[in-house]
Amino acid sequence: MRLLGLGIFAAVIAILPLLFPENYYVTVVGVTMFFNVILAVGLNLFMGYAGQISLGHAAFFGLGAYSSAILTTKFGFNPWLAMGAGVALVWIVSYLVAKPILRLKGHYLAMATLGFGIIIHIFLVQYDTLTGGPDGLSSIPELSIFGWPINSDLRWYAVSATVMLLSILFSLNIVASRHGRALQAVHGSEVAAETMGIDTSRVKVHIFVISAVMAAVTGSLFVHEQAFISPDSCSFFFSIELVTMVVLGGMASTFGAVFGAAILTYLPEFLVVFQDFKVLIFGGILMFIMIFLPEGLFVGLCRLFTHFKQEQKECLTS
Amino acid sequence: MSYLLEVSGLEKAYGGVKAVNGVSFRVKEQTIFSVIGPNGAGKTTLFNLLTGIERPDSGSILFHEDQLVGLPPFKVALKGISRTFQNLQIFFNMSVVENVMVGCHRLGNASMLSAIFRLPSMLREERLIRHKALKALEFCGMSQMRDKPADSLPYGQLKKLEIARALASEPHLVLLDEPAAGLNDTETVELSELIKKLVENGITVLLVEHNMGLVMDISDEVLVLNYGELLAMGTPSAIQKDPKVVAAYLGEE
Ligand SMILES: Nc1ncnc2c1ncn2[C@@H]1O[C@H](COP(=O)(O)OP(=O)(O)OP(=O)(O)O)[C@@H](O)[C@H]1O
Ligand SMILES: [Mg+2]
Repeated sequence: MRLLGLGIFAAVIAILPLLFPENYYVTVVGVTMFFNVILAVGLNLFMGYAGQISLGHAAFFGLGAYSSAILTTKFGFNPWLAMGAGVALVWIVSYLVAKPILRLKGHYLAMATLGFGIIIHIFLVQYDTLTGGPDGLSSIPELSIFGWPINSDLRWYAVSATVMLLSILFSLNIVASRHGRALQAVHGSEVAAETMGIDTSRVKVHIFVISAVMAAVTGSLFVHEQAFISPDSCSFFFSIELVTMVVLGGMASTFGAVFGAAILTYLPEFLVVFQDFKVLIFGGILMFIMIFLPEGLFVGLCRLFTHFKQEQKECLTS
Repeated sequence: MSYLLEVSGLEKAYGGVKAVNGVSFRVKEQTIFSVIGPNGAGKTTLFNLLTGIERPDSGSILFHEDQLVGLPPFKVALKGISRTFQNLQIFFNMSVVENVMVGCHRLGNASMLSAIFRLPSMLREERLIRHKALKALEFCGMSQMRDKPADSLPYGQLKKLEIARALASEPHLVLLDEPAAGLNDTETVELSELIKKLVENGITVLLVEHNMGLVMDISDEVLVLNYGELLAMGTPSAIQKDPKVVAAYLGEE
């Protein structure tokens, strides 16, 4: 019952490519959406559940992506080993950043994470001997699983969908545990959480690192799927996009994050005007949701639905 | 009988205001020890010092003969001290039973990995925690609202929810900061029964309260604070007769 939603979602994802194996929106955009979902689900643990804010999340995606790109193209690493190294790097960097930054709250935390994201971006642009500068890196080798190369859209669809479903499962599991309750307690009242024996600064650092590592894995997969990476893929704007996904879906709801990521992946695909005014429209969505639907679209709709169901029940019983 | 809590020479100043000024007292195990005093006397500050939320300028707090001064609040909590707040500190983003389950946090130790993979040991622990939380809710007479969102509860129930959450951590010492404030007469009687029941269950209670009837009725010992200083300490009947207390505090009312 707990995993009913995930089961239905997995079934839909499994059936779609069987029905439309050649459809661009399924097998190509689908992969992008799956990556965005992993990022949003990870960020939602930190933002939605623990009630913190990060405007620099794309940096961890970028560090993961560039680690894979650089180590495979310049140093001949095996892609999996490179991914492991990227994850280890992000693990350490996010931990070191989290310690001082997460003492800050609200606007200060937003500014600090924003600054961190910009620093990483500048580094990726400037350090061109390693990163290829603004042009980025290309000809990144393909990934293969025990000699099974992931070299077609459908294979990438399968792999990214699997990783995404796992990340949703892990997120649901974390939330339904004492660690998930600790996150929400930190959100609800930090002082009460402390007096219940929760080491609130440790909880925040942990979840920051976990969501950073999820972003690093996604970055690494992304780089192999695209065979190309440039600093544009991990700019400040991408951080804002991720925050918008979480906020749009509804904070503190794993499927809210999934929903937000799905909408914001497909919307630009269908609305071509979107391309030119992307920044404007994302900002607009963010403002609109914050003002009129602070619970987010997904959570708001869910609530409306249960409300109707209840009213129906009341009508039937009375 | 041994002393559970020994406080000596506790001081805390905010700028020029000496909120707690050289307070010393001892609390016997399984008793109700009340702290009274006019508004701004330093009662809440005293609680904040005892729970590590504020650090005293000087003084010592021994709990089971362990020094608490300098420990962060979560470490104080891990030693078995729990509290409620004068201004509610409910987790409004969670359900009633989840609020209480957070209270059980110190009783669990399942790791993040065991949570991610939902290992059997973690599931066993979850069941136990849920069971304990439900028992704490039952103890406070709140079983029927366990699945409600906390933000849907009326004020009186929220005050009780804080007590249930504090109890769920199976504390040795509970600090209640004005639990009767805002309660009606029936609720206050229920509260006084609840506090007595706590002591019967082996818990020591530190109570800050403005409701004198309640304090004098259930306390074993009463400490009177005035401008951060200890004005008097003794049994309820002795306190009621103390001319200093009558003059400085009861006389004002
Ligand atoms: N964080 C703080 N910063 C500055 N001054 C403070 C702070 N906390 C308390 N005070 C001051 O310390 C004094 C004692 O306050 P405290 O809240 O402990 O009183 P109290 O006895 O709990 O009063 P009440 O009965 O109104 O709850 C007051 O003068 C208050 O203004
Ligand atoms: Mg007070």
